[in-house]
Amino acid sequence: MKVNEIHERLQAELGDAVGPLSEPKIDPFAVVRADRIVDAARFLKTTTGIELDHCNVISGVDWPKRNVIEVVYHLSSYRHRHGIVLKVEADRAKPVVPSVESIWKTANWMERECYDLLGVVFTGHPDLRRILLPDDWEGFPLRKDYQEQGGYHGISNERENPLVELRRLDEKRLAENPRPPPAQAAPPAAPAPAAPAKA
Amino acid sequence: MAAREAMVTGAGDVLLSHTSQLDKIINLARLNSLHYLLFGLACCGIELMQTGGPRADLDRFGAVFRATPRQSDFMIVAGTLTYKMAERCKILYDQMAEPKYVISMGSCANCGGLFQLSYSVCKGVDKVIPVDVYVPGCPPRPEALTEGFLRLQEIVSREHWKSKMRPSGLAGQGAARTA
Amino acid sequence: MGFEFGAVLAFVVVSIGFAFVALTIGRLLRPHFPEATKATIYECGEKPIGRAWMNFNPRFYLIALVFVIFEVDIALTFPVVAVFKEWVARSPTAGFIALGELLLFTLILVVGLIWVWAHRDLEWVKRLQTGVASEPRPTGKRAA
Repeated sequence: MKVNEIHERLQAELGDAVGPLSEPKIDPFAVVRADRIVDAARFLKTTTGIELDHCNVISGVDWPKRNVIEVVYHLSSYRHRHGIVLKVEADRAKPVVPSVESIWKTANWMERECYDLLGVVFTGHPDLRRILLPDDWEGFPLRKDYQEQGGYHGISNERENPLVELRRLDEKRLAENPRPPPAQAAPPAAPAPAAPAKA
Repeated sequence: MAAREAMVTGAGDVLLSHTSQLDKIINLARLNSLHYLLFGLACCGIELMQTGGPRADLDRFGAVFRATPRQSDFMIVAGTLTYKMAERCKILYDQMAEPKYVISMGSCANCGGLFQLSYSVCKGVDKVIPVDVYVPGCPPRPEALTEGFLRLQEIVSREHWKSKMRPSGLAGQGAARTA
Repeated sequence: MGFEFGAVLAFVVVSIGFAFVALTIGRLLRPHFPEATKATIYECGEKPIGRAWMNFNPRFYLIALVFVIFEVDIALTFPVVAVFKEWVARSPTAGFIALGELLLFTLILVVGLIWVWAHRDLEWVKRLQTGVASEPRPTGKRAA
């Protein structure tokens, strides 16, 4: 079944909650209203002939200028070898989307990742918590306006340029034990008394 | 009778250390059986595995991998260290028994490497634990890691066992390390 | 009482002495840096939850018990074996007496082994009794 056929049947089922299909690039997508996404997901999974049983990925995109966070669902079917992409636009100030975890179990971790990195709250998710970042991380890093907090638990996130650092260490070491001038014929005696820290 | 162990640093200085015969024997026994804690985190971990493999064999130096810090003499931090992992790295380093060393393998462990600008990457393992040998590379070839290991053996060969017996500030653990 | 047990004395002294010397040299040569974080329980780097000492399965105890019994059996067989040839050389009756005693001793222990075997105490993976709803047996029959 072609993508536009799937889209037509979806639109026939859900009416104006489903937007028009985008122009065919690699994956044509359709925007679905947030409150009907679970019905759309259930329809696409259970209808014979469509049966999109595999949710490939659920990812999020932050559009600060449009003031939305898009949640993108890539769906495909193992049986019929077809698929479609759905997008849900959530308000950027308070992104809330119903969870499709009851339809595809793999959405459990993917929605957790979306929450972890973008802050999208999925209602109905049984276990919504951070999955990649530490549990007490503050902020959502993949948002465009994310500012780093200056480190984590006391480990700072700044580091001196290694070239600068190594030159400084070299100069300090040379200042402590200066090399003898190269004109000496005897092999240079290492200044052992001048370097107690070197042991 | 004392032996003079010489070591040439990367900057060309020659550092000498006077070790007694007892030191020599003890150090010889120690440096030929340094067991390392497996801490392969990312791509450098693959190269670490290959360095332990048959072609560039770390086992011929007596260096066997251990999975637990209690049985290991040093730790090879191979790969990118995230903040989440840095806390665990610190705990594992603390749980190792003295005398312990750290080889920082690869540019991610040295300074954050390729992922320096990331929000979750710790910019170098020496932000959490003290490092003895830095092995540059992305990833370092097995031969490069072997050279780093030989440097570590040189460090061990220059130690005085008396200075490492009891905790006493700088003379306890930091005396034998190069700057 | 000659010096026949001199070799045994030497063995005892050397074995105990070896252990002591090895531990003492280690104690003299090794560093001592006790720290609180070092003494924490190893849990692959995570903060440890719970204790490190746990109950172990009693099936280890059963197997070890049976092993020890038969180990003693073997230990007591060795002296018989050592002098068997002399007994046989003395007279055939003496040889048969020795053999009979040894076989009787082993047979008594084998009867015990058969009992333990039939009692299903040597099984490592215990099977549940199908059909009959039986009460839990007291000898550690719970599924691990």
